[in-house]
Amino acid sequence: MAKMTLEELRKLRSSQKSEMSRRDVDGKEIHIIVGMGTCGIAAGAKDALDSFLETIEKNNLNNIVVKQTGCMGLCYAEPTVDVKVPGMPDTIYGHVDAAVAKEIVESHVMKKNLVDNHIVDKPAGDIIK
Amino acid sequence: MAVKNYILVCGGTACESAGGGDIYKSLLSEAEAQGVAEDVQIVKTGCFGFCEKGPIVKVLPEQAFYVEVKPEDSKEIIAETIVKGRIIDRLQYKSDQGAKGEAFDIENIEFYQKQYRIVLRNCGLIDPEKIDEYIARDGYAALEKCLFEMKPEGIIDELKIAGLRGRGGAGFPTWMKWNFTKQVQDEQKYVVCNADEGDPGAYMDRSTLEGDPHSVLEAMTIAAYCVGANKGAIYIRAEYPLAIERLETAMKQAREYGLLGDDILGSGFNFDLEVRLGAGAFVCGEETALLASIEGNRGMPTPKPPFPAVKGMFQKPTVINNVETFANIPVIINKGGEWFSKIGTEKSKGTKVFALTGKIKNSGLVEVPMGTTLREIVFDVGGGIPSGKKFKAAQTGGPSGGVITEKDLDTPIDFDNLIAIGSMMGSGGLIVMDEDDCIVDVTKFYLDFSVEESCGKCAPCRIGTKKLYEYLDKITKGKGEMEDLEKMKDIGSAMKKASLCGLGQTAPNPILSTIENFYEEYREHIEDGKCRAGKCKDLVHYEIIADKCIGCTVCARKCPVNCISGERKKPHVIDQDKCIKCGACYEGCKFDAITVS
Repeated sequence: MAKMTLEELRKLRSSQKSEMSRRDVDGKEIHIIVGMGTCGIAAGAKDALDSFLETIEKNNLNNIVVKQTGCMGLCYAEPTVDVKVPGMPDTIYGHVDAAVAKEIVESHVMKKNLVDNHIVDKPAGDIIK
Repeated sequence: MAVKNYILVCGGTACESAGGGDIYKSLLSEAEAQGVAEDVQIVKTGCFGFCEKGPIVKVLPEQAFYVEVKPEDSKEIIAETIVKGRIIDRLQYKSDQGAKGEAFDIENIEFYQKQYRIVLRNCGLIDPEKIDEYIARDGYAALEKCLFEMKPEGIIDELKIAGLRGRGGAGFPTWMKWNFTKQVQDEQKYVVCNADEGDPGAYMDRSTLEGDPHSVLEAMTIAAYCVGANKGAIYIRAEYPLAIERLETAMKQAREYGLLGDDILGSGFNFDLEVRLGAGAFVCGEETALLASIEGNRGMPTPKPPFPAVKGMFQKPTVINNVETFANIPVIINKGGEWFSKIGTEKSKGTKVFALTGKIKNSGLVEVPMGTTLREIVFDVGGGIPSGKKFKAAQTGGPSGGVITEKDLDTPIDFDNLIAIGSMMGSGGLIVMDEDDCIVDVTKFYLDFSVEESCGKCAPCRIGTKKLYEYLDKITKGKGEMEDLEKMKDIGSAMKKASLCGLGQTAPNPILSTIENFYEEYREHIEDGKCRAGKCKDLVHYEIIADKCIGCTVCARKCPVNCISGERKKPHVIDQDKCIKCGACYEGCKFDAITVS
């Protein structure tokens, strides 16, 4: 997969049938969810997203879903990224720039080591169980 | 060997200074000593926001949450929790009300309950451009329930039990609005969503639409079914491009799925809506002005009654609610009004989203149950004021609201309490000020905003805001008189009574509230010609104390207008005529040789 711009990504995403994407998600186990509200984008979430895609491609990883979501409320720590890897605690990273994004893939995803100094906490519990 | 456990040590400033760094080091050496260094990864994290009980250590996946940890506890943590997998009772955080023997769940910790996400339930969790993800989170289940199991009366009853009040600022009961429209007989009715968020510093609605657009679409469809409307509009400012884009994507998907349009879910009920872009005039957040703008007219308010519920868009009965109000509705329908009414205070139910900005560590969006105190929001959730500065005031309600000071920090926040202490809920902007903020200057900023945004239709607002601004400007320039304060109060109370719409009626609030709470600071500006925060440039005077100046030349180099002169190693002098009072020299001086007065 070539490096995509945000716009291309959005186009691709909306053009995919929901059935397709659901099947994709089922097959892939690792989720990287990038906060793409205005606050995240202003703080550089797009750079982080590019870096995620690039690093994933470079390392030939094909079991990762990179997704976007809205604002988690941790605007002081934007860009924020939620990383879910089986067998590891769900982790939210803050202040994720391109370098940190690379490190998340290479360390957290590939070596199962958390990335130091960038972990933040979920702002609240879930009301829908 | 793969890592089995993770120890998270809080590396926030507060925990760090309480010994967090030493804990981190001793955990590392203990893990090494006990031969488990390979099994456990120890990392420093950002602040958990629970500084009063710090330093905090979390162990995953055991979900141990240890508070007030000391470096000497490291040995036990490694030996017990990592090696044997047991939680150390002594260190484990216990809620004061926590029942004994209750299964421990990190999300049940009382502290985390300070935030409670109803409106923001999906923000930061789902992909806003994928309707399937919204559906996976109980999305459109409420609509299904309304269309097939409930009657319109039943929906109104549920909202009445819930006690939901409009989140746009005024707090009008939502069920009453819907009921008015429902009871009017008319072939054409409308549902409108007010997404014209305009208060400085407020961005709750924007984030809700960007993060969870379907929740608003679903709620509007429910409203339409309830009151018998078949068309709707979302009025949103053009300066929110991402929110608009995601809304349109969401609408397209909903149409494809048959959740908008004709014969929704085969129920025979039709509803569709369109997005209307506003040019960003603040007054268009006022509902009658908003409707005028949608119709293509100039955005100016009309006198009420008639209320939009009876005569709204194109003279037809119209339900108009803001984004946050709508976002609450699907949850109320799904979980029941009874459930919702248990959250919050007696007269204000549910939660409120605040956009926490200004002099605050953890700026961001917070959603707390009504009745949470400002102290909890600012100091617990928000992490307090950065760089050890002192809290001065919090501004709520934007240009229509007022300031809340130290003495009212413990008032439970709800619609009525905020009005009682001279402010208002507003849409949810919460701006924190510290000792470096000048209260007169801040008030002037809000009045400047109101002058700009007054539509000019009625004289009390058009002339009143301008006059108030002029008085404030005079005061910040050191030319004010004490009687100006009385004059401002008079004009303010006249505007409150005589203005046509909410903008003019509330525009004097920042002044009235700050004169009440910070009279002394106004007096200082007027009588002593002094601005204690050093913000009012005409009142500030920088001077170099010759005895303390060692002639390091830092100030002269920092000065952007080159008005500081002097030889090396000899005291420098500021040319007062040229000084622009930027304060660069004052901040740059390492020897406290420059005074502000």
